[in-house]
Amino acid sequence: MSVTLSTSAAKHVSDFMAKRGKGVGIRLGVRTSGCSGMAYRLEFVDETHDDDLVFESHGVKVVVDPKSLAYLDGTELDFVREGLNEGFKFNNPNVKDACGCGESFNV
Amino acid sequence: MALLHIAEPGQSTEPHKHRLAVGIDLGTTNSLVATVRNGIAVCLVDEAGRAMVPSIVRYHPDGTIEVGRSAAAAHATDPRNTIMSVKRFMGRGLNDVAHVESMPYDFVDAGGMLRLRTVQGVKTPVEISAEILRVLAARAEASLGGELTGAVITVPAYFDDAQRQATKDAAKLAGLNVLRLLNEPTAAAVAYGLDNASEGVYAVYDLGGGTFDLSILKLSRGIFEVLATNGDAALGGDDFDHRLFCWVLDKAKIAPPTSEDARRLLMKAREAKELLTASEEAPIKAGLATGEQVNLSVTRDEFAQMTQHLIQKTVAPMRKVLRDAGLAPEDIKGVVMVGGATRMPHIQRAVAEFFGQEPLTNLDPDKVVALGAAIQANVLAGNRKEEDDWLLLDVIPLSLGLETMGGLTEKVVPRNSTLPIARAQEFTTFKDGQTAMAFHVVQGERELVSDCRSLARFELRGIPPMAAGAARIRVTFQVDADGLLSVSAREMSSGVAASVLVKPTYGLTDDEITGMLREGVDRASDDMHARAVREQQVEADRVIEATTHALEQDGDLLNADERAGIDAAIAELRRLVSGDDPRAIKKGIDALSRVTDEFAARRMDKSIRTALAGQKVDEIQV
Repeated sequence: MSVTLSTSAAKHVSDFMAKRGKGVGIRLGVRTSGCSGMAYRLEFVDETHDDDLVFESHGVKVVVDPKSLAYLDGTELDFVREGLNEGFKFNNPNVKDACGCGESFNV
Repeated sequence: MALLHIAEPGQSTEPHKHRLAVGIDLGTTNSLVATVRNGIAVCLVDEAGRAMVPSIVRYHPDGTIEVGRSAAAAHATDPRNTIMSVKRFMGRGLNDVAHVESMPYDFVDAGGMLRLRTVQGVKTPVEISAEILRVLAARAEASLGGELTGAVITVPAYFDDAQRQATKDAAKLAGLNVLRLLNEPTAAAVAYGLDNASEGVYAVYDLGGGTFDLSILKLSRGIFEVLATNGDAALGGDDFDHRLFCWVLDKAKIAPPTSEDARRLLMKAREAKELLTASEEAPIKAGLATGEQVNLSVTRDEFAQMTQHLIQKTVAPMRKVLRDAGLAPEDIKGVVMVGGATRMPHIQRAVAEFFGQEPLTNLDPDKVVALGAAIQANVLAGNRKEEDDWLLLDVIPLSLGLETMGGLTEKVVPRNSTLPIARAQEFTTFKDGQTAMAFHVVQGERELVSDCRSLARFELRGIPPMAAGAARIRVTFQVDADGLLSVSAREMSSGVAASVLVKPTYGLTDDEITGMLREGVDRASDDMHARAVREQQVEADRVIEATTHALEQDGDLLNADERAGIDAAIAELRRLVSGDDPRAIKKGIDALSRVTDEFAARRMDKSIRTALAGQKVDEIQV
C-alpha cells in the first residue's frame, strides 16, 4: 500500500513548505461530499495523528489517514500546468468516474 | 478540470466552495494581480512569465483595445489614443491635473471628472482604468480556472473619496466585485506580515516608475492608521533612467538624437541601471542611426553620484512626513520598501541612513503591494477559518463634517476613525418657521469651511414649521469599509428625510491633502480666533433677527424712547458684526439684550394674557 508524489509535485511541495516556513509534510485524504460522492483533501501537516500512515516520496513526507488510504492506495499526486493555470492533480487508479471538475470522484 | 492546491491544516474547502479572490495593484505605471495559493501569496503571470502589466491602454480605430506592453510601443506614434498613467486622472477635474498642456491627450473639459477624446470616442479615466482591470481579471480567471468571487484593489493612502469612488466604479465596469479598497502602504505592510508583528509606527517608502509616496503607518490592535503621507507625484525610477541617458548623450557627445536613437539609448540606460543593482559596473553599447557606435561603461559610484539630487528629493519628504506625524526617525520601528526603483543600492543606503536601520527588502518591491492585497482578499472572501479571522481596518484620512451657520465646520467623523463607521449628530433650525435646510458636506481639518474641501451639498425639505431651535434634525454620516461616504438627514418629529451618496466631481491633490493636514496644526490658533469671531457673528445675527421679528409683532408695546433705544442698540451691533473682535461683538449682544429685557417681559405678559383669555381658571393646566 502506498501513495506517492511525482518529481514535479515533490519539488513544488518542497518549495511551498520552504516558503511557508513550517510543517512536516502534506496530507492527502478523502471525505464524503461533492458532486460525485467523494472529495479530495490536500493540506499542509503541522502534526501527525497516532493512526496516520506516513510515506516518504522524493524526500517529502506524505501523510494519509487509514480510512482515506483505502480509497487512495496507488495514487500518485502530480503537479501540472494547463495554460496559465497550475496545480496538483490526483492520479488515482481506484476512481471509476469523476465529476467534470476533478474535485470529487466515485470508487 | 480544476487543479488542487494545498490548504492549511483542517481548512480544505468543500468541492467547488473555494472562493477565488485576488488582490490588484492598479498602479500609475504598472499593474499586477496576485492571489493566495498553496498558502502563499503569489503574483499571477502571463504566458511569458511576466507579472507586471504596463498601465497603458491604446484605442484602435477598428474598435479593438490593446492593454499593456504591446500598447506601450505605440506611445510615440499614436500618443493621442495611447493613454499612459491614467491613474493620475482618476476622480480629477481638468484644473486638478498639473501640466495638462504638456500632455499629448485631447482633453475634454465637461465639468466634473475630465475626459479624453480618442478615436473610439470620449473616454473617462474610469473607463480607461476598467480596461486594465479587465485584462488582470481575465488573467486571474485563466490562471485560477474559475470565476472570481472578488478583488481587493489598492489605492494611494492620500486618495480622497472622489478618487476612491472612481476606482470602485472602474472595477464595477470591469465586472469585478470589490471586496475592499486598501491603502497601498497598508497592503505593503500586510505583505510583510507587520499586522501580526508588534504594535508600533512603520514607514513605507514607495518609489515607483513615476511617483514617490511616503507614508507613516501606526499599527495598534490590528488597525493601521495612516498618520501622515507625503511624496512627489513627478519623481520615480524613470527619472533615474533619464539622468543616465543624459549622461550618455554628454559622454558620447551626441547632438540631439533622433527619436529612434533616443528610445534605444533610454532603454540601454534602463538596462544599465538594472545591472548596477547586482554588479559594480555596467556597459552601455548601442549603434546609432548615423552609424556611430556608443561604447561606454558606468560604475555604480558614478551612477550614485549623478543621481544624488534625485535621492535628495526623496529625503525632503521623509523629513516633512515625520514632522507632520510629530515623530523622529528613531521612533520608526520598521521601513518597508515598495516599487522597483528601491532596488537601487544607493537608495537603500540613503533610506537606511535616514532611519538608522536597514529597510525591509526581502520581498519583490514591484509585487509587495499586490501580494498584501491578495492576502487581504483571501481573508475577506472567507477562505480562512473563523479562529484565524483577522480583519484589517483602515481609517479615514481627513475629518468629515458639515458647514454650520457662519461658514464654520462641525466635524462629525474625526480623522483616523476606523472604518467602517457611522456617526450621527443632531442639528436644529436657525429661523422660526424654517421648512428647509441645506447641508454642505466638507472634508478637512480646518475650522472654516472655506479652508476645507467641499464634497457634496444636499437639502432637506418639508420640515414642519417650528420655532427656531425646536426642530431636531439628525444627520448621519456613514463611511463604508472602502472609505466611501453617504450622508443622510432626518427630521425626527415628522420623519422627513434626505440623503446623498458623496460622489464629488473633483478630487483633492496630494499636495492639498498634506497641506491641509499641516495647516490644521499650524493654523490652530488662527482658526480658534476665526471660530470665535464667527460664533459671535452668528449669535449676533440670531439676536438681531429675533429682536426685529419681535418688534414687527409687538412694537406697539414700546413707547417712542424705548423703541429708539432698541433701534440704536441693533444698529450698533450690526456695525460690530462686520468687525473681527469677538469680545466687542459679545458686548454688543449683551447691550442689545439689556435694552430689550423690559420689552421681552412685556411680550411674555401679553402672550400669557392672550393664552388665558376666554378660559376659566380651573381649565388651565399648570
